[in-house]
Amino acid sequence: MKKAADRKFSEQTYMTDFFESFGLKIDNHEITPAEYVRNIPEDKLEDLGIDPENFFQSLEAFAADFEAMMNDKGMDVNSLTVIGGHDKSGNPENVELTISKGDIICIVGPTGSGKSRLLADIEWLADGDTPTGRRILINGEKPDLSMRYSLEHKLVAQLSQNMNFVMDLTAEEFVMMHAESRLVENPAEKTALIIEQANMLAGEKFKPDTPVTSLSGGQSRALMIADTAFLSKSPVVLVDEIENAGIDRKKALELLVKEEKLVLMATHDPILALMGSKRIVIKNGGINEIIETTGEERKSLEALRKLDEKLLAMRNILRTGGRLDNIDDTII
Amino acid sequence: MKFITVSGPPSSGKTSVILKTIDALASRGLKTGVVKFDCLTTDDDKLYEKKGVPVKKGLSGALCPDHFFVSNVEECVRWGTDKGLDILISESAGLCNRCSPHIKDITAVCVIDNLSGVNTPKKIGPMLKSADIVIITKGDIVSQAEREVFASRVKIANPAATIMNVNGITGQGAYELSRLFISGDEIETLKGRMLRFSMPSALCSYCLGERRIGDTYQMGNVRKMDMEE
Repeated sequence: MKKAADRKFSEQTYMTDFFESFGLKIDNHEITPAEYVRNIPEDKLEDLGIDPENFFQSLEAFAADFEAMMNDKGMDVNSLTVIGGHDKSGNPENVELTISKGDIICIVGPTGSGKSRLLADIEWLADGDTPTGRRILINGEKPDLSMRYSLEHKLVAQLSQNMNFVMDLTAEEFVMMHAESRLVENPAEKTALIIEQANMLAGEKFKPDTPVTSLSGGQSRALMIADTAFLSKSPVVLVDEIENAGIDRKKALELLVKEEKLVLMATHDPILALMGSKRIVIKNGGINEIIETTGEERKSLEALRKLDEKLLAMRNILRTGGRLDNIDDTII
Repeated sequence: MKFITVSGPPSSGKTSVILKTIDALASRGLKTGVVKFDCLTTDDDKLYEKKGVPVKKGLSGALCPDHFFVSNVEECVRWGTDKGLDILISESAGLCNRCSPHIKDITAVCVIDNLSGVNTPKKIGPMLKSADIVIITKGDIVSQAEREVFASRVKIANPAATIMNVNGITGQGAYELSRLFISGDEIETLKGRMLRFSMPSALCSYCLGERRIGDTYQMGNVRKMDMEE
């Protein structure tokens, strides 16, 4: 196959994006990038910050990336295994934890205990070469370490608590932009699906033309969870707490699981924690214990849900201007 | 000694990223020093000093900051060698998005933040487009979708670079970045090395201190906008 520089723009329509990032608009698609650049005077190139040698290297890398992305079916991660290393004092962790598609695993531990290091180890595919000495396996095998620096194969999507939208777009435009950057086949269809699903999670519905910056906290989280479920290529989703306001948390987790994500959730909320099958207890930088959620614990879940509903009902009383008289410990 | 050029728009998080990476390098027993280039004033040198990192400050004042950089960088490398450093990092802000301190065959890093907006990557010139490593910061305060869109825009602007997310506050990603810092070549001097891209040319009456406005006062390398249509 000819080098990308010698293929006509019409044979590689995506190439115009690369030129546009240098402020160059392509009108004639019947010429090649090499011909196009040859016709730009040298001082114009310098004005644009283009050094031809570097430019053509980047151009070939761009074309190679794009082709790879088009042919990439995504990673098929069925399971992820964390093989223990040691904590901050050098005590061995003695654990081997396998997380499979559709699992929800919770992470508990005080701030600074090492939760982000665990996540970083997973994202980095630690191979005994990080401060914890942990190793990560994918589908039971040592992964190809070149994935570490690959944007396309980013293993972990993070849904953080203090997330903001900085773009001034409507919900529809926002999701559409994400879909387009991911080169999905039918971005409009995908966008409609994501907004519909987000509305099933959100307490109060929003319209596709609502600006993302005016969504409520619950609506924003609902939109981001639906977007991550359907558009993020990363097979692992880390959820950093889901506040109990304006979003159906149970449905939100179910959606991620249904889309075959491996869910890791840092939470100290009893209801969320019990929805996980296991919880990883982090202490002093290491995995101190892995607790399986027992049947006994699951029984507590029902009582906790009832309590939660009562609290929610009281919030609604406050919201509608009511009073909270005569509340004592009998509500538990 | 290894030398690394780090540049990026003002307030993109260069100092935070460097500080966290120095921690990771120190845990491997490596001694790192920093030369901080700025225009008018900076207090960042104090942040380095507080950590016990050898630091040299260079203020360009009335001179073009990047011309100032390139006129001093060789001396900085000598300073680093004399101090017995394993790694020397130069930190400079790309103030007009056209400048770039990057040098051929010297690890070149550009730091850019998620909050700067998805159209920013294409507005930044050789500083971003010729870097070997692009670090994206402030990922913790934007949504996952925005992080992904932003990273894909960076990738269009510089497809050959290694693109990494580093959190300057928690340090997530800094350890991984430190591995790339130590993979560069050992150097003794920069004499004879080439910049990756020419510095913007400017030699007009205003470079020489002219303040009056109007055709009569404009001499030398002057260019006019096309006001037709």
